[in-house]
Amino acid sequence: MTAELTRDPDGTATQRRSGAAARGRLTRPGGVLPIVAILALLLVLIAIQQPDFFQPASLLSFLGRSAPIIILAAGQYFVIVSGEFDLSVGSLVTAQVVVAARLIDSDPGRTWPVVLLLFGFGLLVGLANGLITTALRVPSFITTLGMYLILVGAVYLWSDGAPRGGLSDEFRRFGRLAVEDVPLLGRLPYALLVLLAVAGLLLLFSRSDPGRTLVAVGDNPRTAELAGVRVGRAKTVAFVLSGLAATVAAILLGGYSGVSFQAGLGLEFTAITAVVLGGVALGGGRGALLGAMLGALTLETLFTLMNFYGVSGALKSTVQGLIILAAVSVGALRRR
Amino acid sequence: MVTIRSETTESDGDLPLLELRGITKAFLDVRVLDGVDLDLRRGEVHAVVGENGAGKSTLMKIISGVYPPDGGSVEFDGTPVSFRSPRQAQSAGIGIIHQEFNLLPERTVAENVFLGHEPLRRGLVDKRAMLRRTAELLDAVGETSFPPTARVGQLGVARQQVVEIVKALALDARLLIMDEPTAALADHEVELLYALVRRLQERGIGILYVSHRLVEVFDLSSRITVLKDGHRVTTAPTAETSHDQLVRHMVGRELAHYYPPRAEADRIGEVRLSVRDGANNRLRGIDLDLRAGEVLGVAGLQGSGRSALARAIFGAAPFTSGEVRLDGRPVRLRTARSAIRAGIAYLTEDRKGEGIAAGQSVLDNALLAGRAVFPRWAGRAARTVRIRDLLAAVDVRAAGDQQEIRFLSGGNQQKVVLARWLSLTPRILLFDEPTRGIDVGAKSAIHDLVRRLARDGAAVLMISSELPELLGMSDRIVVMRDGTIAGELPARATEEDVMGLATGADRAESR
Repeated sequence: MTAELTRDPDGTATQRRSGAAARGRLTRPGGVLPIVAILALLLVLIAIQQPDFFQPASLLSFLGRSAPIIILAAGQYFVIVSGEFDLSVGSLVTAQVVVAARLIDSDPGRTWPVVLLLFGFGLLVGLANGLITTALRVPSFITTLGMYLILVGAVYLWSDGAPRGGLSDEFRRFGRLAVEDVPLLGRLPYALLVLLAVAGLLLLFSRSDPGRTLVAVGDNPRTAELAGVRVGRAKTVAFVLSGLAATVAAILLGGYSGVSFQAGLGLEFTAITAVVLGGVALGGGRGALLGAMLGALTLETLFTLMNFYGVSGALKSTVQGLIILAAVSVGALRRR
Repeated sequence: MVTIRSETTESDGDLPLLELRGITKAFLDVRVLDGVDLDLRRGEVHAVVGENGAGKSTLMKIISGVYPPDGGSVEFDGTPVSFRSPRQAQSAGIGIIHQEFNLLPERTVAENVFLGHEPLRRGLVDKRAMLRRTAELLDAVGETSFPPTARVGQLGVARQQVVEIVKALALDARLLIMDEPTAALADHEVELLYALVRRLQERGIGILYVSHRLVEVFDLSSRITVLKDGHRVTTAPTAETSHDQLVRHMVGRELAHYYPPRAEADRIGEVRLSVRDGANNRLRGIDLDLRAGEVLGVAGLQGSGRSALARAIFGAAPFTSGEVRLDGRPVRLRTARSAIRAGIAYLTEDRKGEGIAAGQSVLDNALLAGRAVFPRWAGRAARTVRIRDLLAAVDVRAAGDQQEIRFLSGGNQQKVVLARWLSLTPRILLFDEPTRGIDVGAKSAIHDLVRRLARDGAAVLMISSELPELLGMSDRIVVMRDGTIAGELPARATEEDVMGLATGADRAESR
């Protein structure tokens, strides 16, 4: 702006322009303002139907319940903004839950080693997704679809068709319990604390140099390459973040709803819907992590609202489909 | 009705082919066009000139139906029109020849010409009619060097351009917009384009000719309209306009000189970069020394390996054999990243395709290389301040550094990419067509900057297909032909010397 100030003798013109730029920042494609507006609208609708929802206890527990999907969406954000897809997260969540149950086998002493192992597994899956996509040049849609199928089959095979063993209470604490008797707030779910920690770390990353570079990679990989970006490595990091995020989500979900082959069913699409709803462009290069996480929260709020209004839960996937189509077409129109 | 037709096309009673009145357009509250009037007569070549960001491209996009205007009226052939898509404009008879062609390289000329409106016979594509009509159109524009059955990808750039023009004619275009039509052409191809334009003119087609090359504008046009900052400065008959006047209108000041002074001999230092017998699948037998403080010009026809040379040095398409030394030490630069780390910068000729990340902000684009190659956790604010200073120093004009770079003019985009490289203080700079598609004012600024970098001790290699620019800027010129260096010329060489080496005419003479 200094250049403009020194050259432009007409101060008012300069100010008018920077005002426009500031407004452009909020409303431009990829900004978070639209998703904040949608979320606010849904919250108003909930308030009309169910004012109790806004009691600290129920609000906090809602946020805690939403934590897994918000974390999944955050991981998915990095993959999508870099121009790729991760369809494997749903089955990775299932795999992690089933593996945890069998390895812990209700023995509290094994909790922490197994948690460590799960992170290692999530990291490996992400690494494999990333390397196959970048080094072997397989489209990520295919890579992660393959990974999805491999994980589903492997888990079935490994557990002989039915989940065995059980999770320890120590493990389940994160998804199920809360810090009791917090002044003013009451019950503070562990899941919410985990969410805040993960969100904080990832927000920090998204604003760091590698995080900003990742967005440029999604926008134009050739430009990024010529500017010295290791494009393959950057994308692989995104897949690894997604795998680690899925691991955290699996720990929370396993704790909350227990062990089943359905633990992560369809979550990849919920996460993608959330990210797109949050203003992140499919194909990459545009959108904010905060938007993606707010998108997930908005989606959960919408499902809650549907519940309050007595809409069948069976419509969930239809609603997700409509959101993806609407969000992508609005994005495409705005980019004209 | 006018009963008596005047002999000259300039007669007052002649209805213009296109008439724009008070055209206004804004993006995100930034006015890019403000009350622009323009008219075009049948068979006229009307040049539209102006600096980057003056609004030329936007105006052409409005005429060709890409954008609707915010205000003002468009009359085409006497009737008010408001096109809602390029397709509507096309079917009304307005064709546009972009700098980048929209051709399918794997298809034949005829298939490209009739793409989307193939002549049908009993529901099937009538190939014979298609070939015949393509041949007629090619004949009409005087093009006989290739048949309608030629594969487009095998034609050179100049011939592909002819295909584009014929494609527009196949849709009965009565108005052709030519946007920087010579940007991708070598000098000898420009003459052919001139001839083609004159034939189109004879057929009564009106041509809006957008170009930065003022020589062409004077050669071809009958009137010139100058745009500046979204306003029309003037429209004047070409015969009554001088070159200096035009430049003055465009930049609002006199240009005292076009090229900064060359390096004095004692300012040229030791060899920074040397290549011995460098080769890859595009290059062979490259021997090159690049010295601190000099601007080494690289000339050559399209496809002679100029860009391949820069990309090989930069590691983007590395040498597969031979030796590269930096300050006397042998190095292997296999990736752009390793070259950047070694202090080399490469300004690509394909700005849109690999120079910018179009959807990112000016600031993010400028920071890209620094973030990627020298990431940091602390001191980022100071780096941003430095980049802002650099953006100001190279005089980027934008509505703030958060504006997406795609909304900037080509010249301003180029300055942002320059700032990106300058922020790394490179010791070797490779400029590939640094002023392509850039207006006079920005061009001059970039020339000054290139020279200043050399004076401060950088080694500069500069590729350009504009010979006057190359001759004006270089301390020394190497000429490329067929993937190798055909010869070297001193600063005072002539265009003929360069062309002789570039085309191989020197060899033919000596035999």
